[in-house]
Amino acid sequence: MATIQAAIAANRFGLGARPGELENIGSDHADWLLAQLEGHDPESQSGTAGSADIIREFQRLLRARNAVRRDDDNERREQAAQEFRNYSRTQYREQATRRYSIAAASERPFRERLVHFWTNHFAISADKQSVTSLVGKFEDEAIRPHVAGRFVELLLAVEQHPAMILYLDNQASIGPNSTAARAAARRGRELGLNENLAREILELHTLGVDGGYTQEDVTTFAEVITGWSVGGNIDRRDTSEAGEFVFRAIAHEPSAKTILGKRYREDGLREGEAVLQDLARHPSTAKFLATKLARHFVADEPPAQLVDNLSATYMNTDGDLGSVYLALIESDDAWREPLAKYKTPEDYLVSTFRAFNSQPDDPERMLNFLELLGQRPYTPGSPAGWPDTMAHWDGGDALIKRIEWAAAVGQQISDRARPGDLGDAILGPNFSDHARTAVSQAESPAQGLTLLLASPEFQRR
Amino acid sequence: MLDRRRFLAGATQLALLAGLPGFARSQDRLDSRFVFVVLRGGMDGLSAVPPYAEPQYQRLRGQLAIGADDVLKLDGTFGLHPALSNMYAMYESGELAVLHAVATPYRERSHFDGQNVLENGTDVPGSRRDGWLNRAVGYDETSRRAIALSQNIPLVLRGDSSVTSWAPSRLPEADDDTLARLADLYSNDPHLAGRLEEALAAREVAGEMGGGRNSRGNQLGPVISAAGRFLSAPDGPRIAVLETGGWDTHANQGAAQGVLATRLRFLDQGIAALKRELGDVWQETVVVVATEFGRTVAVNGTRGTDHGTAGCAFVAGGAVQGGRIIADWPGLGSRDLHDERDLQPTLDLRSAFKGVLSDHFDATREELDRHIFPGSDEVAPLEGLIRASA
Repeated sequence: MATIQAAIAANRFGLGARPGELENIGSDHADWLLAQLEGHDPESQSGTAGSADIIREFQRLLRARNAVRRDDDNERREQAAQEFRNYSRTQYREQATRRYSIAAASERPFRERLVHFWTNHFAISADKQSVTSLVGKFEDEAIRPHVAGRFVELLLAVEQHPAMILYLDNQASIGPNSTAARAAARRGRELGLNENLAREILELHTLGVDGGYTQEDVTTFAEVITGWSVGGNIDRRDTSEAGEFVFRAIAHEPSAKTILGKRYREDGLREGEAVLQDLARHPSTAKFLATKLARHFVADEPPAQLVDNLSATYMNTDGDLGSVYLALIESDDAWREPLAKYKTPEDYLVSTFRAFNSQPDDPERMLNFLELLGQRPYTPGSPAGWPDTMAHWDGGDALIKRIEWAAAVGQQISDRARPGDLGDAILGPNFSDHARTAVSQAESPAQGLTLLLASPEFQRR
Repeated sequence: MLDRRRFLAGATQLALLAGLPGFARSQDRLDSRFVFVVLRGGMDGLSAVPPYAEPQYQRLRGQLAIGADDVLKLDGTFGLHPALSNMYAMYESGELAVLHAVATPYRERSHFDGQNVLENGTDVPGSRRDGWLNRAVGYDETSRRAIALSQNIPLVLRGDSSVTSWAPSRLPEADDDTLARLADLYSNDPHLAGRLEEALAAREVAGEMGGGRNSRGNQLGPVISAAGRFLSAPDGPRIAVLETGGWDTHANQGAAQGVLATRLRFLDQGIAALKRELGDVWQETVVVVATEFGRTVAVNGTRGTDHGTAGCAFVAGGAVQGGRIIADWPGLGSRDLHDERDLQPTLDLRSAFKGVLSDHFDATREELDRHIFPGSDEVAPLEGLIRASA
């Protein structure tokens, strides 16, 4: 019989148990989790085009479309426009499908959950056209390699990834006294700062909204990271490495700058990196990240003691995420209320695949389902990411849609398992007698699976 | 009860017909259509086809008994549930045969195993990974094709012969029975229970305003129409399988009105719709409606019935030699019951399946006994179910 800790490890820390997973974990739940953090993530190289290739192709198709914009030939114009649109759509669909295929089959579901957690923390949203085709690549390239390392490495990889630069417009942010701005001014054009990325780094990625920074800090930080940009452009005179992160010295605001009371000497690209290193070390960042992790893994309103404990661990280890996860796993709070968290639509979807050892073989239907439930992949709609509390996801209609999904999945896989046994296999001691009775007395295997997947213990983690 | 044993199987008719010159078994049967409707959950045969004149029936069934005034009388003993008015018309016109006291060889009471036996065509649950109808599709290397009108292919159609499936592309609506079970399942989770209640109330309103799907629970309707279109297409499939749930009436099953009556009405309307959709093709069609087991004779403590053994089945279609009830009626006296609680099975459902496959698709006895229903030599095909073609 599986232990309650194994059930919690697989369902709360992991992505939902697959049949056999609880036995696999046995009584070594902590080791099972920690082992997943070792080594590198093989999924960080997808084997297909990377974001730089995609940006180059995107720019090529954009140029092609613009070249025929005033063409009299309707068909040629429409074809170029269509090709440009389709490219992003196809990329998006492939990347979103890949994400859930990996999650459905992952042998390291805790690590995979962390990937999703950090992607959501550093949210970019596919509804912005310039990053629609990059969302999955961002996750693979900037997030995956760094989820178990030091936070500062993750932070640097994210803020220097072309997708983040483009999503928060930093390629358009020009220092008012930079070479580029002065040259433009001579031609009567005014170029200036865009604070978007700087503000979100402070508010959403590091210190948190109450983390103790001022508007002046935002503006100054925006100046610090002027020149952080993406190579290649629709302008042909540009000779930088197309699609890669580049530092454009001509756009950088020259001068020493002071942020959060600390003075940074003018140092080009390194200046911004120095600020990020200090932000990563800041107590507000520790508190903010500890709160979000505790909320994600323990409860919508996490115990203050746990948050303090995680935060202290973060500070004591200079932001070593692996040590923070260890503190979380060693805390009693994480193992106390076995079903405290309500699954998000993504969690729910992935755990249904895992329950049957199956794969999302109908991507269209899967994406539609997530859209119906308000969580279309990679589209949180704002840099704040998806909310992580039950109140946001537990609407009545959403519940009905989950039930309908459960019914559809139940019908599809009704022959593969006995619902009562499957409930024991994936929920372990969390499978209540009440639910087991209901599931076992269902009128058909399909209905039994529907009840299992719609049961409170399956909808929570 | 001297006259309780009635045996009206078609053996005598067949003997007559076999002598007629028009009875040509060698005719091309490639255009024959077959539809198998699986009722999941255990349809209550004693409500669908009440033995209204059987004295024990009214006494044992109490408030669940269908009154003699309500039944659509088939003969002096049996009637159809009042919700089955279209099927009654088919009976009158000779297009519906009713089987009673019929069961698969399965004698336990698990839905899952019972359905498994109903579909795998043997007498042991889990003994085959393919279904009898799939084996029947493949037996003679004809170009006959089969389709499952569901998202997955049910066991009865699974196997080596290739089979397609079709289902409406949107998420299917959860049926009333499943929702009722969930409401009960959520009784320990007040939060989810409240959410479910709100959502169902909202849907009700949307339905009344005409803004929603107001035939909630009747998932057979759209699927039946689709089946009709597939089967009537010149190059389309010739065999279709449909499934519908909601028959597990443990509580408040109702009598002439109520939960079970609604299910029966959906079924009845479905069969009528299928006939309509098929047009002329109906004349070459046989529809078999069967369930995994019947239900207890006695009413349980929640005005419902529990898992039983024998029940009823229907064989409908323009190709059916109908207008008959086929039953070796065991009676409802306490010593007549199986395990002292269930209607005693006196006919193996496989006999009916075999009879249809033999006369409608020209399956040979050897194919039927060895291949399609392996190890069933003892189970003779029920003869005379199919009308002889001119």
